[in-house]
Amino acid sequence: MCTYATVKTTIEGSAKGPGSGWFHITDGTVYFDHPVHAMAEHTLNIDFANPAQGPSARVAVELTAASARELIAAIEAALESAPAGMTA
Amino acid sequence: MQAGTVQLAGHGGDEIEAYLATPTEDGPRGGVVVIHHMPGYDRATKEIVRRFAELGYDAICPNLYWREAPGAAPDDAAATARAQGGVPDERLIGDVGGAAAYLRGLPTSNGKVGVIGYCSGGRQSVLAACNLDLDAAVDCYGAFVVGTPPEGFPLRVTNLVDQLPNLRPPLLGLFGNEDSYPSPEQVDELDQILTDNDKPHEFHRYDDAGHAFFSPDRPSYRVAAANDGWERIAAFYDTHLGG
Repeated sequence: MCTYATVKTTIEGSAKGPGSGWFHITDGTVYFDHPVHAMAEHTLNIDFANPAQGPSARVAVELTAASARELIAAIEAALESAPAGMTA
Repeated sequence: MQAGTVQLAGHGGDEIEAYLATPTEDGPRGGVVVIHHMPGYDRATKEIVRRFAELGYDAICPNLYWREAPGAAPDDAAATARAQGGVPDERLIGDVGGAAAYLRGLPTSNGKVGVIGYCSGGRQSVLAACNLDLDAAVDCYGAFVVGTPPEGFPLRVTNLVDQLPNLRPPLLGLFGNEDSYPSPEQVDELDQILTDNDKPHEFHRYDDAGHAFFSPDRPSYRVAAANDGWERIAAFYDTHLGG
């Protein structure tokens, strides 16, 4: 199905893709829907983007649901491992 | 066959990009508007447009994301359109109407135009057929023609139940029995609503097929269902767009 489900978030950081330079990212779009490339029927997709720089200012990932959950745990573990004062 | 990019007047008179494929033989012949799936105006969709030209039709696919992302790669354009809330129904109707008018304006046109859509485009094909002067419509596993989107859906997509009494052309529906959206029960519901409203329709449903069984570059591809589906589409359009 097309889930249409889309969750947007404002983010502050930078991203880089193969063959391109680093760029400032302002928007994150998260959705569980058909991937463009991954060999799965549905994936958890994240677009890291800077719409002000146009549609191509985007780094995209398509993760299986299990991978996405592992990534969430890894991010949380990494944040937890740092001194609280650094991640506030 | 000739194929390439053209500009046409879409909703509100906006100039939008479209992909046109036409047989080189003389007409007259029917036309087909292809509505691309949510991942956009991509290579696979353009292959579908060319296939309709190979079947003997003038075929065109409007780039529904042209306004948000002119000239962008299809996947980037789809991401941009999604982040902005998707394609409003009113705009979809205007763009498909513009594409149909473009086909009817070709010197080869016999005046008849059909529409077909896949996935989200399946719903949009039915939407267009409820609102435009079209001669045949094909819905390939469109979700939310009936049924209610789950709670909390950020994108505003509604079902078309209140519009189905206005369906104008005959509808061909092609569905996988392993699909969840639309589920077999929702296909039953759509079938019943169309029957109750005396709307000509023809549904074919495939075992061992789920969503997107026509997509040859996806794990969901099912060759038997896709081959039979293409034969059904060719016969349906021959009946309603020929002559």
